[in-house]
Amino acid sequence: MADVIKKATRESYGEALRDLAEKYPKLVVLDADLAAATKTGIFKKAYPDRFFDCGIAEANMMGVAAGLAASGMIPFASTFAMFAAGRAYEIVRNSIGYPHLNVKIGATHAGISVGEDGATHQCNEDIALMRTIPGMTVIVPSDDVEAKAAVEAAILHEGPVYMRFGRLAAPVLNDPATYKFELGKGITLRESDKDEITIVATGLMVGEAVNASDALKAEGISARVINIHTIKPLDKELICKAAKETGRIVTVEEHSIIGGLGSAVADCVTECCPVPVTKIGVNDEFGHSGPAVDLLKEFGLSSENIITTVKKVLNK
Amino acid sequence: MDKTLKKQLMKTAVNVRMGVLTGTFHAKSGHPGGSLSIADLLTYLYYNKMNVNAQNPDDENRDRLVLSKGHTAPALYAVLAEKGYFDKKELESLRHIGALLQGHPCIHIPGVDMSSGSLGQGISAACGMALAGKLNKKDYHVYTILGDGEIEEGQVWEAAMFASHYKLDNLTAIVDNNGLQIDGKITEVCSPEPIDEKFRAFGWHVIVVDDAHDFDKIDEAFKEAETITGKPVAIIQKSVKGKGVSFMENQVSWHGSAPNAEQYEQAMNELKAALAELEA
Repeated sequence: MADVIKKATRESYGEALRDLAEKYPKLVVLDADLAAATKTGIFKKAYPDRFFDCGIAEANMMGVAAGLAASGMIPFASTFAMFAAGRAYEIVRNSIGYPHLNVKIGATHAGISVGEDGATHQCNEDIALMRTIPGMTVIVPSDDVEAKAAVEAAILHEGPVYMRFGRLAAPVLNDPATYKFELGKGITLRESDKDEITIVATGLMVGEAVNASDALKAEGISARVINIHTIKPLDKELICKAAKETGRIVTVEEHSIIGGLGSAVADCVTECCPVPVTKIGVNDEFGHSGPAVDLLKEFGLSSENIITTVKKVLNK
Repeated sequence: MDKTLKKQLMKTAVNVRMGVLTGTFHAKSGHPGGSLSIADLLTYLYYNKMNVNAQNPDDENRDRLVLSKGHTAPALYAVLAEKGYFDKKELESLRHIGALLQGHPCIHIPGVDMSSGSLGQGISAACGMALAGKLNKKDYHVYTILGDGEIEEGQVWEAAMFASHYKLDNLTAIVDNNGLQIDGKITEVCSPEPIDEKFRAFGWHVIVVDDAHDFDKIDEAFKEAETITGKPVAIIQKSVKGKGVSFMENQVSWHGSAPNAEQYEQAMNELKAALAELEA
């Protein structure tokens, strides 16, 4: 695996903004004094006249984005997930969600893989918060290729979009030559007619889920893997099909087990095909400081824990 | 200001006040006090200042108004109805189930440029609109109206900083300084005074209007505002909450309560008398 290229999706975000700027002249970028970290600095360097730093004032940034969108622009408002979805929640709800304005929120440094900065900056609640807002699209890309495609899909979609990017360099899983991003459509990455369980993963956990499935296969356990990059609207058809065909679901996300992917999947199958859903994610607790890789292991966000959990669910 | 014009504006403002009362009476709720204190301001803006057209409410070159103190929607709706954005009859179903006119401004209502009502947010949206105007080289102007209680919200000052940093001289914020908020006098609740010095310190050009119900003074302020370049303008207008209805004036209890049938009749009679006097 030494030759696997790794890249943080925040980097992909900054590059995509720069690369799409010419094609979409209404695109402008806002940040709240974090351009170097969110990587919107890449855009700023290429298009300084279309970049606006709002200073450390996320509430106002979201409102300014709303006003820009109400005047025909396509603003990307960028900051850490903690401040975009957390601090500015009510502004996102009332100034962007309620009027259904065409604002794109680029939230980086999501989840515990923020690492050393610790609990105050490890946002494990953003998916839950954002998916409660009517009309909000929620996207969590798994790698560089998907993240870049998601940015363009967000531009082409009329309405508010929340995009969740990570700080940690993640393996590039997809081939840009063949990859196709379809908003609201999950991607089945491992599948056979012998599947006895489905692992539904999002973001950084998609790679772990694939690794887990491959390892389980060597042990004679066939586990389907679905990448849900769009948490809202959820690909209910694909989830229900998997529930019917495999009978058991394990969800994996770098997010609280309350209100995120796991909850969305559980809500879905409860209606169409009630099967046991086991959620892997951050339990009802705060994170803490430490190297990202170690934290992911400690919190069970690893292929090893997915393997253990799958076996437990299957009584194997 | 031209005397005929002034008289015409005064008459329109009385009609707007009647609209405020009609709306809140039929809604059996709402905020008449702060709506009446901005009736003259809104009349001046929509009838003498803003480049707007009820037939083309989404014209990209139009001037924009964000009612940051969104709870005073009855006044905005009344002036929009007067202008013909929608039927005046709509005022009678304000806040009703299935009605066009929501309790707070909603962008989907013809003539409403931004949803608002959660205090402190409208001014940020107004900044975004002004910035878009600069980027697109449009010469429209953006107005936003804030309550004096509203400016206790921290977001207002984030926006104030942003507007002066980006030299948004196509933005005018009007602070409706009626001195009262839900819990009492603004100076007793958690004082935002001195308002003028605060905006000045944030890099704004500040104009104080000592009587927000005198069209000559309003006109003077906006004429001065027009000459300012390179910075946003804050107009702080000293107003009377409940202005135009004797028993509502300067009474904090009328911040968020509607008149009953008897009070409605008395208020309307007072306004009809005021109108008759202007027409005499």
